[in-house]
Amino acid sequence: MTRNADRPLSPHLTIWKWGPHMLVSILHRITGAGLATIGAGIFVWWLVAAAGGAEGYATFTAWATWKWFLIVWVGLTWAFFQHLLSGLRHFVMDAGAGFELKTNKFGAVMTLVWAVLLTAAVWAYIVYWRLA
Amino acid sequence: MTTETTSAPAAAPTAAAPAHDAAQHWGLERMLSVSTLLLFVWFLVSLWRLPGLDQQSVAEWLRHPLAAVPMLLLIVSTFWHLKLGLVVVVEDYVHEAGNRFAWLVVINFAALFAAGLALVSVLKLALGTSA
Repeated sequence: MTRNADRPLSPHLTIWKWGPHMLVSILHRITGAGLATIGAGIFVWWLVAAAGGAEGYATFTAWATWKWFLIVWVGLTWAFFQHLLSGLRHFVMDAGAGFELKTNKFGAVMTLVWAVLLTAAVWAYIVYWRLA
Repeated sequence: MTTETTSAPAAAPTAAAPAHDAAQHWGLERMLSVSTLLLFVWFLVSLWRLPGLDQQSVAEWLRHPLAAVPMLLLIVSTFWHLKLGLVVVVEDYVHEAGNRFAWLVVINFAALFAAGLALVSVLKLALGTSA
Protein backbone atom coordinates (compact mmCIF):
# COMPACT_ATOMS: atom_id res chain seq x y z
CA MET A 1 0.00 0.00 0.00
CA THR A 2 1.45 3.37 -0.99
CA ARG A 3 0.33 6.63 0.56
CA ASN A 4 0.68 10.09 -0.90
CA ALA A 5 2.89 11.78 1.67
CA ASP A 6 1.51 15.19 0.69
CA ARG A 7 -1.92 14.31 2.01
CA PRO A 8 -2.55 14.43 5.75
CA LEU A 9 -3.45 11.40 7.84
CA SER A 10 -6.47 11.69 10.06
CA PRO A 11 -5.19 12.81 13.47
CA HIS A 12 -7.53 10.25 15.03
CA LEU A 13 -5.69 7.26 13.55
CA THR A 14 -3.24 7.27 16.44
CA ILE A 15 -5.79 7.95 19.17
CA TRP A 16 -7.61 4.80 20.20
CA LYS A 17 -7.69 2.25 22.97
CA TRP A 18 -8.44 -1.43 23.03
CA GLY A 19 -12.07 -2.44 23.43
CA PRO A 20 -13.72 -5.87 23.53
CA HIS A 21 -15.10 -5.38 20.01
CA MET A 22 -11.55 -5.03 18.65
CA LEU A 23 -10.34 -8.06 20.54
CA VAL A 24 -13.26 -10.15 19.27
CA SER A 25 -12.67 -8.93 15.73
CA ILE A 26 -9.02 -9.98 15.65
CA LEU A 27 -9.77 -13.20 17.56
CA HIS A 28 -12.27 -14.11 14.84
CA ARG A 29 -9.40 -14.05 12.36
CA ILE A 30 -6.86 -15.71 14.62
CA THR A 31 -9.21 -18.55 15.62
CA GLY A 32 -10.33 -18.90 12.02
CA ALA A 33 -6.74 -19.20 10.83
CA GLY A 34 -5.99 -21.72 13.60
CA LEU A 35 -9.00 -23.85 12.78
CA ALA A 36 -8.23 -23.63 9.06
CA THR A 37 -4.65 -24.86 9.50
CA ILE A 38 -4.28 -26.98 12.65
CA GLY A 39 -7.93 -28.03 12.85
CA ALA A 40 -8.27 -28.84 9.17
CA GLY A 41 -4.93 -30.65 9.21
CA ILE A 42 -6.01 -32.96 12.03
CA PHE A 43 -9.39 -33.50 10.37
CA VAL A 44 -7.80 -34.60 7.09
CA TRP A 45 -5.25 -36.76 8.90
CA TRP A 46 -8.10 -38.47 10.77
CA LEU A 47 -10.07 -39.22 7.58
CA VAL A 48 -7.03 -40.43 5.62
CA ALA A 49 -6.08 -42.66 8.57
CA ALA A 50 -9.62 -44.04 8.84
CA ALA A 51 -9.63 -44.86 5.12
CA GLY A 52 -6.11 -46.29 5.25
CA GLY A 53 -6.75 -49.01 7.79
CA ALA A 54 -5.88 -50.08 11.32
CA GLU A 55 -2.15 -49.34 11.31
CA GLY A 56 -2.29 -45.71 10.22
CA TYR A 57 -5.28 -45.13 12.45
CA ALA A 58 -3.32 -46.46 15.44
CA THR A 59 -0.61 -43.86 14.73
CA PHE A 60 -3.25 -41.14 14.61
CA THR A 61 -4.85 -42.33 17.85
CA ALA A 62 -1.48 -42.50 19.57
CA TRP A 63 -0.85 -38.84 18.74
CA ALA A 64 -4.40 -37.71 19.41
CA THR A 65 -4.48 -39.29 22.87
CA TRP A 66 -0.98 -38.18 23.87
CA LYS A 67 -1.39 -36.13 27.05
CA TRP A 68 0.24 -32.97 25.67
CA PHE A 69 -2.01 -33.16 22.63
CA LEU A 70 -4.79 -32.22 25.02
CA ILE A 71 -3.55 -28.63 24.72
CA VAL A 72 -4.32 -28.78 20.99
CA TRP A 73 -7.79 -30.27 21.56
CA VAL A 74 -8.76 -27.74 24.21
CA GLY A 75 -7.32 -24.94 22.07
CA LEU A 76 -9.30 -26.10 19.06
CA THR A 77 -12.47 -26.40 21.14
CA TRP A 78 -12.09 -22.85 22.37
CA ALA A 79 -11.20 -21.57 18.88
CA PHE A 80 -14.26 -23.36 17.49
CA PHE A 81 -16.64 -21.74 19.99
CA GLN A 82 -15.01 -18.31 19.79
CA HIS A 83 -15.14 -18.34 15.99
CA LEU A 84 -18.69 -19.71 16.01
CA LEU A 85 -19.99 -17.10 18.46
CA SER A 86 -18.24 -14.12 16.86
CA GLY A 87 -19.49 -15.45 13.53
CA LEU A 88 -23.05 -15.44 14.83
CA ARG A 89 -22.45 -11.92 16.14
CA HIS A 90 -21.41 -10.92 12.63
CA PHE A 91 -24.74 -12.18 11.33
CA VAL A 92 -26.56 -9.94 13.79
CA MET A 93 -24.44 -6.99 12.67
CA ASP A 94 -24.93 -7.91 8.99
CA ALA A 95 -28.64 -7.48 9.65
CA GLY A 96 -27.86 -3.94 10.77
CA ALA A 97 -28.51 -4.60 14.45
CA GLY A 98 -26.34 -4.30 17.53
CA PHE A 99 -24.31 -1.25 16.57
CA GLU A 100 -25.31 0.84 19.60
CA LEU A 101 -22.17 1.29 21.70
CA LYS A 102 -23.41 -0.52 24.80
CA THR A 103 -25.13 -3.35 22.91
CA ASN A 104 -22.10 -3.83 20.71
CA LYS A 105 -19.70 -3.98 23.63
CA PHE A 106 -22.01 -6.35 25.54
CA GLY A 107 -22.26 -8.68 22.54
CA ALA A 108 -18.50 -8.74 22.13
CA VAL A 109 -17.93 -9.55 25.80
CA MET A 110 -20.59 -12.27 25.65
CA THR A 111 -18.79 -14.10 22.83
CA LEU A 112 -15.61 -14.13 24.94
CA VAL A 113 -17.40 -15.34 28.07
CA TRP A 114 -19.50 -18.01 26.38
CA ALA A 115 -16.61 -19.37 24.34
CA VAL A 116 -14.74 -20.09 27.58
CA LEU A 117 -17.84 -21.44 29.36
CA LEU A 118 -18.76 -23.78 26.49
CA THR A 119 -15.17 -25.01 26.19
CA ALA A 120 -15.13 -25.74 29.92
CA ALA A 121 -18.52 -27.49 29.71
CA VAL A 122 -17.45 -29.72 26.81
CA TRP A 123 -14.23 -30.77 28.52
CA ALA A 124 -15.91 -31.28 31.87
CA TYR A 125 -18.35 -33.57 30.09
CA ILE A 126 -15.59 -35.48 28.26
CA VAL A 127 -13.42 -35.89 31.34
CA TYR A 128 -16.11 -36.77 33.88
CA TRP A 129 -18.71 -38.62 31.81
CA ARG A 130 -16.83 -40.15 28.90
CA LEU A 131 -13.33 -40.87 30.15
CA ALA A 132 -14.06 -41.65 33.82
CA MET B 1 -14.99 19.80 -4.51
CA THR B 2 -13.37 19.48 -7.90
CA THR B 3 -13.97 16.49 -10.09
CA GLU B 4 -10.45 15.37 -9.38
CA THR B 5 -10.98 14.90 -5.66
CA THR B 6 -14.38 13.23 -6.04
CA SER B 7 -13.00 10.51 -8.28
CA ALA B 8 -12.25 7.14 -6.65
CA PRO B 9 -9.16 6.95 -4.44
CA ALA B 10 -6.34 5.53 -6.51
CA ALA B 11 -5.27 2.75 -4.18
CA ALA B 12 -8.64 1.29 -3.31
CA PRO B 13 -10.30 -1.47 -5.34
CA THR B 14 -8.11 -1.58 -8.43
CA ALA B 15 -5.81 -4.35 -7.19
CA ALA B 16 -8.64 -6.60 -6.01
CA ALA B 17 -11.52 -8.21 -7.89
CA PRO B 18 -14.01 -6.13 -9.92
CA ALA B 19 -16.51 -4.33 -7.69
CA HIS B 20 -19.54 -6.35 -8.82
CA ASP B 21 -17.89 -9.52 -7.50
CA ALA B 22 -17.87 -8.11 -3.97
CA ALA B 23 -21.58 -8.61 -3.31
CA GLN B 24 -21.41 -12.17 -4.63
CA HIS B 25 -18.36 -12.88 -2.48
CA TRP B 26 -20.14 -11.43 0.56
CA GLY B 27 -23.18 -13.63 -0.04
CA LEU B 28 -21.14 -16.75 -0.70
CA GLU B 29 -19.14 -16.21 2.49
CA ARG B 30 -22.32 -16.09 4.53
CA MET B 31 -23.95 -18.99 2.73
CA LEU B 32 -20.90 -21.14 3.40
CA SER B 33 -20.77 -19.99 7.03
CA VAL B 34 -24.31 -21.23 7.57
CA SER B 35 -23.79 -24.53 5.77
CA THR B 36 -20.50 -25.15 7.58
CA LEU B 37 -22.14 -24.42 10.92
CA LEU B 38 -25.12 -26.71 10.29
CA LEU B 39 -22.95 -29.54 8.95
CA PHE B 40 -20.62 -29.23 11.93
CA VAL B 41 -23.52 -29.56 14.34
CA TRP B 42 -24.48 -32.75 12.49
CA PHE B 43 -20.84 -33.94 12.50
CA LEU B 44 -20.21 -33.40 16.21
CA VAL B 45 -23.54 -34.94 17.24
CA SER B 46 -22.77 -37.93 14.99
CA LEU B 47 -19.33 -38.41 16.57
CA TRP B 48 -20.88 -38.16 20.02
CA ARG B 49 -23.41 -40.88 19.10
CA LEU B 50 -20.85 -43.32 17.68
CA PRO B 51 -20.23 -46.39 19.84
CA GLY B 52 -16.52 -45.53 19.78
CA LEU B 53 -13.98 -43.49 17.86
CA ASP B 54 -11.92 -46.53 16.82
CA GLN B 55 -11.22 -47.13 13.13
CA GLN B 56 -13.91 -49.81 12.78
CA SER B 57 -16.67 -47.62 14.21
CA VAL B 58 -15.68 -44.68 12.02
CA ALA B 59 -15.37 -46.83 8.87
CA GLU B 60 -18.69 -48.52 9.56
CA TRP B 61 -20.38 -45.17 10.09
CA LEU B 62 -19.06 -43.60 6.86
CA ARG B 63 -20.05 -46.64 4.80
CA HIS B 64 -23.66 -45.54 5.16
CA PRO B 65 -24.77 -43.00 2.48
CA LEU B 66 -26.65 -40.98 5.11
CA ALA B 67 -23.32 -40.38 6.83
CA ALA B 68 -21.06 -40.23 3.76
CA VAL B 69 -23.10 -37.63 1.85
CA PRO B 70 -23.31 -35.02 4.63
CA MET B 71 -19.62 -35.70 5.29
CA LEU B 72 -18.76 -34.96 1.65
CA LEU B 73 -20.85 -31.79 1.82
CA LEU B 74 -19.16 -30.81 5.07
CA ILE B 75 -15.73 -31.16 3.45
CA VAL B 76 -16.70 -29.02 0.44
CA SER B 77 -18.39 -26.39 2.61
CA THR B 78 -15.65 -26.22 5.25
CA PHE B 79 -12.68 -26.09 2.90
CA TRP B 80 -14.35 -23.52 0.65
CA HIS B 81 -15.21 -21.42 3.72
CA LEU B 82 -11.69 -21.65 5.14
CA LYS B 83 -10.13 -20.85 1.75
CA LEU B 84 -12.20 -17.66 1.45
CA GLY B 85 -11.29 -16.70 5.02
CA LEU B 86 -7.55 -17.25 4.66
CA VAL B 87 -7.54 -15.36 1.36
CA VAL B 88 -9.18 -12.35 3.04
CA VAL B 89 -6.57 -12.44 5.81
CA VAL B 90 -3.70 -12.54 3.32
CA GLU B 91 -5.25 -9.76 1.21
CA ASP B 92 -5.52 -7.57 4.31
CA TYR B 93 -2.10 -8.13 5.84
CA VAL B 94 0.32 -9.14 3.06
CA HIS B 95 0.92 -5.98 1.06
CA GLU B 96 3.95 -6.84 -1.04
CA ALA B 97 2.70 -8.09 -4.41
CA GLY B 98 5.08 -11.05 -4.78
CA ASN B 99 4.52 -12.32 -1.25
CA ARG B 100 0.80 -11.89 -1.56
CA PHE B 101 0.71 -13.86 -4.80
CA ALA B 102 2.82 -16.65 -3.28
CA TRP B 103 0.53 -16.89 -0.23
CA LEU B 104 -2.59 -16.95 -2.37
CA VAL B 105 -1.13 -19.77 -4.47
CA VAL B 106 -0.22 -21.75 -1.34
CA ILE B 107 -3.68 -21.26 0.20
CA ASN B 108 -5.55 -22.22 -2.95
CA PHE B 109 -3.42 -25.28 -3.65
CA ALA B 110 -3.30 -26.46 -0.04
CA ALA B 111 -7.05 -26.05 0.48
CA LEU B 112 -7.80 -27.93 -2.72
CA PHE B 113 -5.31 -30.69 -1.96
CA ALA B 114 -6.50 -31.15 1.62
CA ALA B 115 -10.15 -31.16 0.55
CA GLY B 116 -9.29 -33.73 -2.14
CA LEU B 117 -7.60 -36.01 0.38
CA ALA B 118 -10.59 -35.80 2.70
CA LEU B 119 -13.13 -36.37 -0.08
CA VAL B 120 -11.32 -39.39 -1.52
CA SER B 121 -10.91 -40.88 1.97
CA VAL B 122 -14.64 -40.64 2.63
CA LEU B 123 -15.47 -42.00 -0.83
CA LYS B 124 -13.09 -44.90 -0.29
CA LEU B 125 -14.88 -45.81 2.92
CA ALA B 126 -18.31 -45.23 1.41
CA LEU B 127 -17.75 -47.16 -1.80
CA GLY B 128 -15.21 -49.75 -0.72
CA THR B 129 -16.35 -53.35 -0.41
CA SER B 130 -13.97 -54.37 2.36
CA ALA B 131 -13.66 -52.73 5.75
